[in-house]
Amino acid sequence: MLQILSTLRRHRTASILIVLEIALTCAIVCNAIFLIRERLARMDQSSGVAEDELIQVRLTGIGKQDNASAITEQDLAALRALPGVKKATSINMIPFGNSSWNSSITKVLDATDGPNCGMYMGKNLIDTMGIRLIAGRDFLPEEYVAADDDKHDPKQVIVTKALADYFYPEGALGKPLYGAAGREPQIIVGIIDHIARPNDGFGGPEVKDYAILLPATMPFSFGGRYVLRVDPAQTAAILGAVDSTLTKVDPNRLILDHMTFGQIRRDHFKGDRAMAWLLLGVSIALLVITALGVVGLASFWVQQRTRQIGVRRALGATRGDILRYFQLENFILATLGIVVGMGMAFGLNELLMREYAIPRLPGTFLPIGAALLWLLGQIAVLGPALRASLIPPAVATRTV
Amino acid sequence: MFGYYFDLALRSLKRNRLLTALMVVAIAFGVGASMTTLTVLHILSADPIPQKSDRLFFVTLDPRRALGFRPGEEATFQMTRLDSETLLRDGHGKHQAMMTAGSSSIEPDRSGVGRFQPFRIDSRWTSADFFTMFDVQFIAGGPWTATEDGRATRVVVITRELAQKVFGTTEVVGRPLRVDNTEMRIVGVIAEYRPTPHFYDLTNASYGAGEQLFAPFSVAMELKLQTSGNMNCWGDGESVPDSRALGAPCDWVQYWVELASADQADAYREYLVHYSEDQAKAGRFQRPPNVRLRDVREFLDYMKVVPNDVRLQSWIAFAFLLVCLVNTIGLLLTKFLRRAGEIGVRRALGASKRAIFVQLLVESGTVGLVGGVLGLGLAWLGLFAVRHQPVDYADLAHLDVRMLAFTFALAIVSSVLAGLLPAWRGCSVAPAAQLKSH
Repeated sequence: MLQILSTLRRHRTASILIVLEIALTCAIVCNAIFLIRERLARMDQSSGVAEDELIQVRLTGIGKQDNASAITEQDLAALRALPGVKKATSINMIPFGNSSWNSSITKVLDATDGPNCGMYMGKNLIDTMGIRLIAGRDFLPEEYVAADDDKHDPKQVIVTKALADYFYPEGALGKPLYGAAGREPQIIVGIIDHIARPNDGFGGPEVKDYAILLPATMPFSFGGRYVLRVDPAQTAAILGAVDSTLTKVDPNRLILDHMTFGQIRRDHFKGDRAMAWLLLGVSIALLVITALGVVGLASFWVQQRTRQIGVRRALGATRGDILRYFQLENFILATLGIVVGMGMAFGLNELLMREYAIPRLPGTFLPIGAALLWLLGQIAVLGPALRASLIPPAVATRTV
Repeated sequence: MFGYYFDLALRSLKRNRLLTALMVVAIAFGVGASMTTLTVLHILSADPIPQKSDRLFFVTLDPRRALGFRPGEEATFQMTRLDSETLLRDGHGKHQAMMTAGSSSIEPDRSGVGRFQPFRIDSRWTSADFFTMFDVQFIAGGPWTATEDGRATRVVVITRELAQKVFGTTEVVGRPLRVDNTEMRIVGVIAEYRPTPHFYDLTNASYGAGEQLFAPFSVAMELKLQTSGNMNCWGDGESVPDSRALGAPCDWVQYWVELASADQADAYREYLVHYSEDQAKAGRFQRPPNVRLRDVREFLDYMKVVPNDVRLQSWIAFAFLLVCLVNTIGLLLTKFLRRAGEIGVRRALGASKRAIFVQLLVESGTVGLVGGVLGLGLAWLGLFAVRHQPVDYADLAHLDVRMLAFTFALAIVSSVLAGLLPAWRGCSVAPAAQLKSH
């Protein structure tokens, strides 16, 4: 051990460089893995709806629409008649979509500190989208008003559990909320487990679970989209039939697109997916380059110390002793690198937290990073160390 | 002398191909990754209208009700329709325009010219000065006039692309185009207009392809054409029957003004303060005057237009380059020290320390040169990959000459820097000690 330290001191510059390289790699890889985990968690978040069974159709009228509510009913009836379609409704927005309706909701009239909440409107959303109702009831048929009716406002509301707990932790059913529509309150009649908001970052992470459902029916010209609950086995056939079905009801419209919920989710998280792959690629490249650096340096040292190794072998050191010597040497270098690297990892994380609102690096990443780099060092040094152990004692008698 | 050193460097590099390849590849990857991300960053943070970005200003006021007022707060995100129309009528700047994003359906002519399926395009509802103010190039015809804005005359300006698609020609000025069930007269055809970023309205795609059809704001309002973007309303809870109506308490309109020079900004700001005070006197504004006037660059900064992920990617790439450089320093050091014997002989034969130093630097520079060429190839590949990413700036990711030169300089400078320490250690070899051991 002492012998190794004195050797390292003699090769100070090279040792420092390899420690620095291991430290930098450790700091970057720790943060990269952490960022990858964050992205995967984001991509994995629940939508709160029956994803495998949903299809969204977006459409728009050409010119002014005077009869939109009636046409919407005809559209939905025609869609429900398609084989494999279980339910269909007209809605104003969809989880992970790119258009959102939001409002600031409060407990008291004219309070100004209400959190920003997503507002879902449409008929029978709970049934159609497969949202889980955990308390209270769904809206009654007579409670619905038309979303474009400026004389009447909805009188009831259904909220997510997160929002119910925010306003009324002691029990929210029957309590009023203000701000969703008009000056009159909406009474909470039901609580749903969860529904994701379209722009999950809108208003910050603390409000991403705050959403409400309102008993409002959407004419297609207002909401711009239909959502269908289908038999997953018949998805392809239904997607193929949707456009012509709607055009048959009224040709004076444009069907913008139709897609499964899976596509909506993939689209929404495409940036996160690309970033996760990039981070993974960079991490692997860094580890490979560091490993090659270790190989290069160790090979040089083995070559430089050939005579010395021969002498030690002649004096009775076994091959195993020589092998272990280089392995231990690498272990010491890696440990130094890891210790410095951990400090740098937290420094880097601090910087990222300040610039990009990334959470704190959890302590659990220390053992992961350490194990990774120890392992990497040992694998990298194995080749040169084995070569060193094969140096015959006779080398000691030769001049280099 | 330099040629001789270069020859020596090549010989030395050839002697240990694996080590040389390792250094070259490390530098190439570091440079390639940095250049890819830096090029993207460079493109995304470009000044979209450099010739007058310091004279164009994005205007916002604060017409919200007093309730919820916090001193020092930002003004509203955009403008109300009423304030925009009033300021536009005032015409206090050199040019000014109000605008919003929208979309419209293009239909075939009833007379049967050019049968095609109706399709939907991104459009912009704006006012006459838009084209002059933003230096939009016309290939035929020209902008509509303020009079036509006032009368809500059915006129449109379309892109070359749309003209080609509908009519198969760009000779279309004066011809009618059916837009959302209404016949409109084409007054101008513009070349492709795609400022990057799409600075004048960042509420939709910041780097997207831009609009294909432009029509007067007044026409869009009269025909109730579709609008898109961000809208905030602050009514006192009474339902707002039409949030796009003239007096609606909603901000959703972008308002830009061009001043004759940047130093007129203060005077214009004062004018806006006076306007706010007058509105307060009339009882419309309830808060103290809160005026924001940002030129193009300030506006882009304020809107944080460059995506965070792109900045993060640049940091990652440069961290990667740093590790590659440390790696190269280590390997060069190893390589030079391994040649201590050779260096000792050259020193003993009369080579100065300086000569050895330069020789070793030439060798590391050569590694940088090859690494740089390879890195350039990798940057090209990297940008190719970016172009196939599902992002709205994908098709913009190309190497330009400046970035090309920069890549090269980066590769050589960084490898020479990486060579400094090893070369210094290498040339410090004591000749006597080395000769003795032989």
